[in-house]
Amino acid sequence: MDNHLRCAISKAMNTIQDICIIGGGLNGCALALTAAQAGLSVTLIDAQPLADHTDAGFDGRSYALALASQRLLATTGLWDDLDDHAQPMLEIKVTDGRAGEGPSPFFLHFDHAEIEEGPMGFMVEDRHLRAAFLAAVAETSITHITGKTVTDQSIHPMHATALLDDGTGINARVLIGCDGRRSSTAERAGIARSFKDYGQTALVCAIEHDLPHNGIAHQFFMPAGPLAILPLTGNRSSIVWSETHETAKEVSQMADAAFIDHLKPRFGSFLGDIKLAGARWSYPLNLTLAKSFVGERLALVGDAAHGVHPIAGQGLNAGLRDVAALVEVLAEAKRRGEDIGSPLVLGRYQQWRRFDTATLAAATDGFNALFSNDNPLLRGLRDIGMGMVNKVPALRRSFIREAAGLTGDLPKLMKGQQV
Amino acid sequence: MTTAPQTAQTTVDPSEIAKFEAMAAEWWDPNGKFKPLHMLNPCRLDYITRQIASEFGRDLSTDRPFEGLRILDIGCGGGLLCEPMARLGATVVGADAAERNIPVAQVHAEQAGLEIDYRFTTAEAMAEAGEQFDVVLNMEVVEHVADPLAYLTACQQLLKPGGLQVCSTLNRNPKSYVMAIIGAEHIMRWLPKGTHEWSKFITPDELFELLKSSGMTPVDRKGFVFNPLGWSWSISDRDLSVNYVTASIKPD
Repeated sequence: MDNHLRCAISKAMNTIQDICIIGGGLNGCALALTAAQAGLSVTLIDAQPLADHTDAGFDGRSYALALASQRLLATTGLWDDLDDHAQPMLEIKVTDGRAGEGPSPFFLHFDHAEIEEGPMGFMVEDRHLRAAFLAAVAETSITHITGKTVTDQSIHPMHATALLDDGTGINARVLIGCDGRRSSTAERAGIARSFKDYGQTALVCAIEHDLPHNGIAHQFFMPAGPLAILPLTGNRSSIVWSETHETAKEVSQMADAAFIDHLKPRFGSFLGDIKLAGARWSYPLNLTLAKSFVGERLALVGDAAHGVHPIAGQGLNAGLRDVAALVEVLAEAKRRGEDIGSPLVLGRYQQWRRFDTATLAAATDGFNALFSNDNPLLRGLRDIGMGMVNKVPALRRSFIREAAGLTGDLPKLMKGQQV
Repeated sequence: MTTAPQTAQTTVDPSEIAKFEAMAAEWWDPNGKFKPLHMLNPCRLDYITRQIASEFGRDLSTDRPFEGLRILDIGCGGGLLCEPMARLGATVVGADAAERNIPVAQVHAEQAGLEIDYRFTTAEAMAEAGEQFDVVLNMEVVEHVADPLAYLTACQQLLKPGGLQVCSTLNRNPKSYVMAIIGAEHIMRWLPKGTHEWSKFITPDELFELLKSSGMTPVDRKGFVFNPLGWSWSISDRDLSVNYVTASIKPD
């Protein structure tokens, strides 16, 4: 190699990007795309080889995207590809049920017709979302590194460096950890996290059913934990069935036929006959919260910052809200000429998201504790509470807006505005 | 009116670097003694960058949009405005009449990898030397000078024809007395007591008249409003009751 070329390569290696994203999941891709569109230079590092994500089969996983999250995808230009694969959630019915007793006469009913913004959300399969993100990332100036792991990170006066397992160093003003609830990025930065186990495991799968779901999402609160039936495109629904760790373990070891036989009596016959579509998954339900969402030239996004109990599908929605807030903070700072990795700038992201997240964790926690309980007194209170929410339209509308992700200090991308 | 030297201090005595680094760290600590300035800074920068972008037809979403523009910041302190301007691509001169600020700002710019020409001098001295700029930033200075018109005239002379001056200061009314002097100096202790002399505060109309007398054409004025609930500042079209900012152009 001649000196000139070597010099050019070493110069390219020494370039300082605006942001280096560690973790190529949905949040990582969303952040890379929105940041690149806002004029930031981006490197995205994914430990998985590209081929692992592009396997086209339906694996049974899907997301309940709140309306606010859908707006972010629409603003980013992704929704055109997703619209055909998305099932609008037109109504949500929440029922207090006990196996064998049928639903309680009181139930909460949220109808999107009561708010003017549109459906409360959309059900989208994991494979479609991933494919749309990866296709969009490939069309941009984002440097997408796949199949490489970050082994170390270091802080310098004006940048941070992520070191890859092949010895390459990526320099950026800010490193952003999108590497999930066991975030190595946070761990290497010495950011501790608190952990809470809910004593439950979510059994997740998709089913095909004879009768149409009419865009209605159901949530049954059972003594052991909630059962959600969320409408997918066609006559298919996504099931999130929460049980105690012990019961869940037994159920997850059952063969498919026995599993379906076990599931059927839980929600009755309103969808007709059901059968399994795709694989079955199980996720222990726990909450992790990083002590800080930022560090020196470091920000944490999504589960790396806060892994919440995934009831109501708030995990991805909360992650996308981090993405929208962080991109807005960083893009504005860059246009002002600020150092985007300075404590001043990163502090704004921390301040914006910590409050929201603590509220969400507490609310989800409280909701679940109240409903996953067979205490007759609590059950009575639930019935009264549900009756009240149903009778007071303003209260009901505020629940609907909350479910649609339209409350709080909304980042621009979630209002459908460009950053 | 001044005896400040005109030459730049370009080198920092190595034995004093540690001291200057400590002072620079203090200037740039978001929770330190310059916290009020750090809270206001994003708002000031939003106004300044948008005014420059619109006057010179630059796109802020591109890299180094201010490339080719020569910008002077008067009363540059630790470089809280100079560094962002340099990062946006401008050629920046920072002037301060307080000699000890210069090496502090130099040390920090060097750490930030930015090239900024910091000088211990005044607007009047630079005007006399015939310096010319596309933009003069004149932020929270005019309320501290003895002769505002003489000072603003020097600022006007420093501009090329068609050049932009951004000038901010404090309004003079009972509210600004309560907010800036009782609130910021006595209650919050954001600023040392005696930082401001209320009688020297200038109303927006007075400032527009002064700018016109200095040979500038005022084109815009906005308020910087502190929101105690969100603990943050925002730009207001209507509320110029305490802190406010103006843009004016030097006619061709």
